[in-house]
Amino acid sequence: MQVTITVNGEPRTADVEERMLLVHFIRDELKLRGTHWGCDTSNCGTCVLWLDGEPVKSCTVLAVMADGHEVRTVEDLAHGAELDPIQTGFMECHGLQCGFCTPGMMMTSRWLLDHNPHPSEEEIRETLSGQICRCTGYKNIVAAVQWAADHPAGADAAATPSEVTA
Amino acid sequence: MTALDDAPRSAAGNPIGFGRMVRKEDARFLRGEGNYVDDVNLPGMLHSAILRSPYAHARIVSIDTSAAEALEGVHAVITGAVLETLGLAWMPTLSMDTQAVLATDKVRFQGQEVAFVVADSRYIAKDALELIEVEYEALPAVVDARTALEPDAPVIRDDKEGQTSNFIYDWEAGNKDETEAAFAAADVVVTEDILYPRVHPAPMETCGAVAHMDAVTGKLTLWTTTQAPHAHRTLYALVAGLPEQKIQVISPDIGGGFGNKVGIYPGYVCAVVGSIVTGRPVKWVEDRSENLMSTSFARDYHMKASIASTRDGKILAVRVDVLADHGAFNGVAQPTKFPAGFFHIFTGSYDYPAAYCSVRAVYTNKAPGGVAYACSFRITEAAYVIERIVDCLASELAMDPAELRLKNLLRPEQFPYTTPTGWEYDSGNYAETMRVAMDLAGYDELRAEQKAKRERGEYMGIGISFFTEGVGAGPRKHMDILGLGMADGCDLRVHPTGKAQVRLSVQTQGQGHETTFAQIVSHELGIPPEDIEVIHGDTDNTPFGLGTYGSRSTPVSGAAAALVARRVKDKARLIAAAALECSPDDLEWELGRWYVKGDPERGRTIQEIAMDAHGPLELPDGVEGHLDAQVVYNPPNLTYPYGCYICVVDVDPGTGQVKVRRFIAVDDCGTRINPMIVEGQVHGGLADGVGMALMELMAFDEDGNHLGGSFMDYLLPTTMECPDWELGETVTPSPHHPIGAKGVGESATVGSPAAVVNAVLDAIAPFGVRHADMPLTPANVWRAIQGSPVRTDLAVE
Amino acid sequence: MQTPAPVGYARAGSVADALALLAQHGEDARVIAGGHSLIPMMRLRLARPEVLVDINDLAELKGIRIEGDEIVIGAMVRHAEVLASPVLAEHYAIFAEAERVIADPIVRNRGTVGGSMCQADPSEDLSAVGAALKGRVEVTGPGGTRSLAIREFHDGPYETKVGPGEILTTVRFPIRPGAGSAYEKVERRVGDWPVCSAGAYVVVRDGVVAEAGIGLTAVGAPHFCAPDAEEFLLGKAPDADTLEQAARLAAAAARPSADQRGPADYKSHLAYELTRRALTRAAASSQGA
Repeated sequence: MQVTITVNGEPRTADVEERMLLVHFIRDELKLRGTHWGCDTSNCGTCVLWLDGEPVKSCTVLAVMADGHEVRTVEDLAHGAELDPIQTGFMECHGLQCGFCTPGMMMTSRWLLDHNPHPSEEEIRETLSGQICRCTGYKNIVAAVQWAADHPAGADAAATPSEVTA
Repeated sequence: MTALDDAPRSAAGNPIGFGRMVRKEDARFLRGEGNYVDDVNLPGMLHSAILRSPYAHARIVSIDTSAAEALEGVHAVITGAVLETLGLAWMPTLSMDTQAVLATDKVRFQGQEVAFVVADSRYIAKDALELIEVEYEALPAVVDARTALEPDAPVIRDDKEGQTSNFIYDWEAGNKDETEAAFAAADVVVTEDILYPRVHPAPMETCGAVAHMDAVTGKLTLWTTTQAPHAHRTLYALVAGLPEQKIQVISPDIGGGFGNKVGIYPGYVCAVVGSIVTGRPVKWVEDRSENLMSTSFARDYHMKASIASTRDGKILAVRVDVLADHGAFNGVAQPTKFPAGFFHIFTGSYDYPAAYCSVRAVYTNKAPGGVAYACSFRITEAAYVIERIVDCLASELAMDPAELRLKNLLRPEQFPYTTPTGWEYDSGNYAETMRVAMDLAGYDELRAEQKAKRERGEYMGIGISFFTEGVGAGPRKHMDILGLGMADGCDLRVHPTGKAQVRLSVQTQGQGHETTFAQIVSHELGIPPEDIEVIHGDTDNTPFGLGTYGSRSTPVSGAAAALVARRVKDKARLIAAAALECSPDDLEWELGRWYVKGDPERGRTIQEIAMDAHGPLELPDGVEGHLDAQVVYNPPNLTYPYGCYICVVDVDPGTGQVKVRRFIAVDDCGTRINPMIVEGQVHGGLADGVGMALMELMAFDEDGNHLGGSFMDYLLPTTMECPDWELGETVTPSPHHPIGAKGVGESATVGSPAAVVNAVLDAIAPFGVRHADMPLTPANVWRAIQGSPVRTDLAVE
Repeated sequence: MQTPAPVGYARAGSVADALALLAQHGEDARVIAGGHSLIPMMRLRLARPEVLVDINDLAELKGIRIEGDEIVIGAMVRHAEVLASPVLAEHYAIFAEAERVIADPIVRNRGTVGGSMCQADPSEDLSAVGAALKGRVEVTGPGGTRSLAIREFHDGPYETKVGPGEILTTVRFPIRPGAGSAYEKVERRVGDWPVCSAGAYVVVRDGVVAEAGIGLTAVGAPHFCAPDAEEFLLGKAPDADTLEQAARLAAAAARPSADQRGPADYKSHLAYELTRRALTRAAASSQGA
């Protein structure tokens, strides 16, 4: 079946089996490998991307269901050389270690800040509660989101290390 | 050691040496440009899937693969019978046992590998699995380790000549007679059955490999999730008979290891065979259920612990007897001479002369493994049992558990300290660390709050864990894995323009080696970290070593990196002397520069020396050109990081629910190369403790059906269960490590479960509960309070 | 990652269209809404529909609105919408309290009310909410639309009265001025299915209980409710003793099985304890506390 999905602003057309999961479409058809997969039961959240502006678990959506819809992936966060404040926040605050859960965490965090620019720690934790990290113990992920909330225009962070207290 | 904040900063703002800096590797991960095994795609690559046994124990009567082979898009279907013709149906394990690659005679655990399909896509490969017909004759399964040695227990390993039961080995350590005497004479003896249930490291990325056997060149390139690429290469050579110089193992980015990615799994071997058979690259990446059901689990130690003390709380002896459930094959990954790993460090952080442990290992119809999940080779089990039994003693003596610990902690002047079981702890200032933790926690205030709450019928608990662990395996004389000694190499090259490449034998899975190892070299040579590239993970391009697990990277490879940089520095001195036309003895070092004593304007920076080394400068006799060096570091001992953790919980006795309110962690890992990374390592391990203490469990039913085969039932902690970790540190360097660093990767996983469990039991102590096993789920806590505790590893009553 | 078996796909543009597609493909067709029950089962190949009829575009099934003295929730309303709805929050706190502990925020963006009701998991939280509030569902098929009490909707675990070729279209709840409601759940970890959940609404008038509804899930209570306990409360002052007795009656309605979430005696205890807590908060809320 032919599908056309607008991915990161560009319509992408491909012929796919109806059973193909959206995560496989993104990774294997479109070669956008920043979105990952990590479980069989829609629990882990490494596959989170945006569908029509909302974070969803792309392992639990069929590509054909996204036909005619919009998808945004982690590859769309940066604008060329300029990182999104969320990305800078994750770097500044050591919110990632192995990096495998990171795209999903950042996509959900970006959505959160777009809708709630100054979330409390509780709100950040609750919003990310459906996504698992095995490396960070979450504290620095929360700090990363708070950093991005405090630096909505990003920062000249690459040049100078900031005095972030985790 | 100089204060870590003192390192001067480079133009890019990074510390030239130790200190906080953001990670160099982040750039690609933040953009979704990491390169994990499932991201590896080669022209012509095929995909694969494994058919797994639904039975825990069954004879294979027949396998018919014809329908699967006929499915369009299927290229090969490999069974144990096919592998037998190649001599690959069985492979050696890291514990001198054998493991089936694909089952031949029987299946011995639910989820065991039975057939391997190679196809055009993962979807077709999965379709083909459904077309393979296997006839099984079910056999009774051995599920409960405590029944494995009963006379009528079915023998699982009837493939092994002379194996007439499920017994694997007996092992012991310590001074048995002194221990028995101490117990006989003691005022107080406390005994408790303490279970460390079967759990799983469950990294977010599952295991996998892309195998490419190039038929023309004869070279096998294997991209794989391995924490030990060189060891894997050598093992493939030894086992598969492939010429080692023609094997290249590449660990690309790894999405978490935690000991899950140390062993060689059947899927990797099948991918190699698949590539040989089809002549094309073959990718195998497992599902999460496969990861949980068949790859290396952790723990499963049934322990009986006893502690002897005087009436006023002076510990006299500790004894632990262990029944170890190893699953169907003995596949534990640890130094070969230590079948029970480093469990005999169970004596802990305390000063007493007598201790003894015995470990009996048995086979059961479950997946193989046991050493994994940041255990530091069974030190998780050891640290847990001592901290639990010490708390039980405190309960028996009606003594504050902090006071009991402070009374017995080893004192600084006792180091280096040799334990009754033979470990030589390098350094420690234990009471100081404990005081820092208690101050951070506000311990006295917490006890006062607890007292007030109890009067109102509210139940909060305060749990302490003081752990010492041993990492950095290890001296090659004592520590090898299948004959490969645990010494690691490190190469350093400083290029003509003064930039450097350091090649490591260890393999990061998120620990930040691309940053921290650059910082180590930077500390020694004064080259800014941004000018140092860390190369790792490719056996063609890095020196031999045993890999990253057991927190060994900093103690072993970090030492190698420091020493190789010192070799370069020493060579640089000779070259600088030649350039400055003086004697090397006239030169002094300041960070990044050799200069003439008494005439500091005259000197050569390391960058200038690098150009000199490659240039036309006449070098003295015996000094070769270039500015490179190589080291193989054989550690003289393990290093012994330690810490004091304090956990505060609130328990709802009406439901048994536990909320972790606070967690204070004070670690001493010696020199801290990058505090930000150290803290990150600790945070992650603390989450493990909350998970294991409260929710993680690999359970089986009586038929050996695996009840924890997905993340719906193998529960991992989320943002909601983890509090805002409160960290502190003390710094007591290792006297034998070149930079005084001890390593920290597993400390928090080792130390934290006891803190949480001790806290929960402290909370429900008024109900008369002295011990209850992990996981302390709401049901288990409630039943403990009622006085009818469940056996937690048998998941359904 | 596990992968589904081959399947066909058709996208419906309206309820009539969906019914026609279901009629056309017969028994082997399955409706797909949020997909967070069906796709996981398809990945495990436990569900192998021949054709999926995608109803995500059905505007008629969207929205939460008031119609007279009823709250009407369309079958395609996502869990996230229920959680965030000011309309629902105004009338019954139980909706947000339950939704907050259903699955996780990302799954709630896709999962639907209709999907959860029709999946009919014996541990479904929305079933307890619906039963507690004594709601009704509307089911539309080739023969027209019929209305059923939620307490009559379930035939057993994973089985409902939605027949072949039919779709659940709305869920309706009476508005009850003065009602207080609450939801209590015990789970092994956030996002897990309940070990036991209890939901309740209470209307206290002139110091005594005028109406009450108690829903229970995950403990085998028939039709997810505890009618004997509700009956007991009528006309009585909602003091601690009365609520405890009602909670005991509710626990008696439960027939829990032991599983990985807990042994049977614990679940029975929770049926009591959580009902007691839900009733206590609901009654207090009704009385303006």
